[in-house]
Amino acid sequence: MTLPAMQYDRRETTAWITRPILVMAVVFATLPLWIETVGLYQYLGVEVLIWIVFALGFNLLLGYTGLPSFGHGAFFGIGAYAFGLAQFEVWANLWFCLAAAIVVTGAFGAVTALFLAHRRGIYFALMSIAFGQIFYFIASKWTDVTKGEDGLLNIARLPADFGVAEVSIQSNTALYYFCYAVMMVLIVLLWRLTNSPFGRTLRAIKQNETRVAFIGYPVRLYKWAAFTLSCGIAGLAGGLFAMAQEGAYINIMSLQWSGTIVLIVLIGGGFVSFWGPVLGVILYFVARDILGAYTEAWLLWFGLMFVVLVMFKPDGIAGMWRGWVAPRLRGRGATTPAPRPAESRS
Amino acid sequence: MALFEATHLHKRFGDQVVLEDISLAFEEGQVSGIMGPNGAGKTTCFNVLTGRYKPDRGRVTFDGEDITGVAPHRIVAKGISRSFQIMTLFDEFTALDNVVMALPSTRRRGFDGLHALDGDSAAQDRAAEIMGRVGLKGREGVNAKSLSYGERRALEIGVALATEPRLLFVDEPTAGLGTEATARLTDLMRELKRYTTIVVIEHDMRFLFALADKISVIHWGQVIAQGTPDELRANRWVRRSNIGELANA
Ligand SMILES: Nc1ncnc2c1ncn2[C@@H]1O[C@H](COP(=O)(O)OP(=O)(O)OP(=O)(O)O)[C@@H](O)[C@H]1O
Ligand SMILES: [Mg+2]
Repeated sequence: MTLPAMQYDRRETTAWITRPILVMAVVFATLPLWIETVGLYQYLGVEVLIWIVFALGFNLLLGYTGLPSFGHGAFFGIGAYAFGLAQFEVWANLWFCLAAAIVVTGAFGAVTALFLAHRRGIYFALMSIAFGQIFYFIASKWTDVTKGEDGLLNIARLPADFGVAEVSIQSNTALYYFCYAVMMVLIVLLWRLTNSPFGRTLRAIKQNETRVAFIGYPVRLYKWAAFTLSCGIAGLAGGLFAMAQEGAYINIMSLQWSGTIVLIVLIGGGFVSFWGPVLGVILYFVARDILGAYTEAWLLWFGLMFVVLVMFKPDGIAGMWRGWVAPRLRGRGATTPAPRPAESRS
Repeated sequence: MALFEATHLHKRFGDQVVLEDISLAFEEGQVSGIMGPNGAGKTTCFNVLTGRYKPDRGRVTFDGEDITGVAPHRIVAKGISRSFQIMTLFDEFTALDNVVMALPSTRRRGFDGLHALDGDSAAQDRAAEIMGRVGLKGREGVNAKSLSYGERRALEIGVALATEPRLLFVDEPTAGLGTEATARLTDLMRELKRYTTIVVIEHDMRFLFALADKISVIHWGQVIAQGTPDELRANRWVRRSNIGELANA
């Protein structure tokens, strides 16, 4: 039988570093060395990392708390603008600008969440779309600040100042490793968060909000916190993206991108697995670049893939892994003792 | 004064009046029963008493404190818990984790986003003890959705108990249970009664009359009769309705 959603072995849930985290660390550490030999290019790696950050934060809402936020692209965009504006108007320091992107976006999220936290299901989804559209509209009209259709140009890849040394992240490879470090730290923190009492409460809310309230948890506060946190992470991703693109543009806040992140996370299996968003992002970008090399209509094919997957494997790629591969690995593995019913918590 | 009192509760949904001037009092240490036909408003009454719905009129007090319209999670923190007629377990958690989730110690660290909940062996021991009490020993590691119907009913009560309530509301605990499971549940309730005040909605008259110190009969959103099981057997309202026939059976 497949594992229930987001359930992992006790040895993993109590650890800071797990085997999948190590695999992530190794694969992405070496990626710049081989990405060109498989016919791809360095910048793609940067995009993948940034979208993994965005997708993992998004899945805190969708996969863990069960809140379908369909306007999340707006927060990604707000992060990008906040990063640029902080750089131009306040202090061109990498740490400060990234912090600004997180805090400003988190604040926008916190205010939005006040209107969303008592909603669920389709009402939550519709309200999140509405807010996403409001922010998009404001950004497109408030040209003094956002420069409208032109976008905020010439955002710099600021050097990483470590006190003793200053490291340039100008090149795509350097920026890649900076994003890599950010992503790995975030993954470890999110792994802890999702297996903490807080994370468990979010999972409980996804399954039965009413029950959670009736065992004494202030459900709205948890939903509010999850939303705010998720927006803060979207802001972080947006800030990194502003550096990657060397600019902040309005299109990223459009409904289309909000839809894309939902698609990515669902395809990957965000509903059942911590790692779903990562798989989804990889698949999306590989599809874009490989299918995209053959046909302009690659998004159509990707969309069709999505439809087929939702029809036959609604739990996404990670769901297939959990259903077929993982149990087989475990069945064979001498490393994993058979669970004892009374004690095992897996 | 009774531990829990509700006075002159009114509740309507749209133009349907569901509770009409209901007053109830539950004494500490007793089992209070609520019975009545389908759709009489029993579950709605629980919902109003436990903060799920605000009453349109009326007052609810617990231990002398006014808790009318207070949010459910606050009411739980004051020492009131409930189980649901339609089961509300966390199907993706193990049975044990369902109970762990409901423990006050887990709730107190609910905003801890760093440490592993699975590392809290004290909570697991406590949860295992509660599972033993509701007859689920040995089923800790089973996922809630893989439990049998009767086990799920028992777990539903275990989760409600885990919040360490002074007052426990139970909505139709025997629904769908066979005679044997019902008998076990009767024993469990008798044992719970020693340290918890219990209010139970029940259709099963044998179960209710064997257990309750006092019973209130709700019909059309009103309390039409109240008393000890013996008094109710003699009550003309109850005797005239088929409830009475069942009770005397
Ligand atoms: N949230 C609601 N919105 C509208 N009507 C409701 C709601 N909850 C209950 N009702 C109505 O109130 C009436 C009483 O329902 P309630 O569930 O309280 O009955 P009950 O006595 O528990 O019945 P049963 O024995 O079948 O569980 C029913 O007619 C029901 O349709
Ligand atoms: Mg009912």
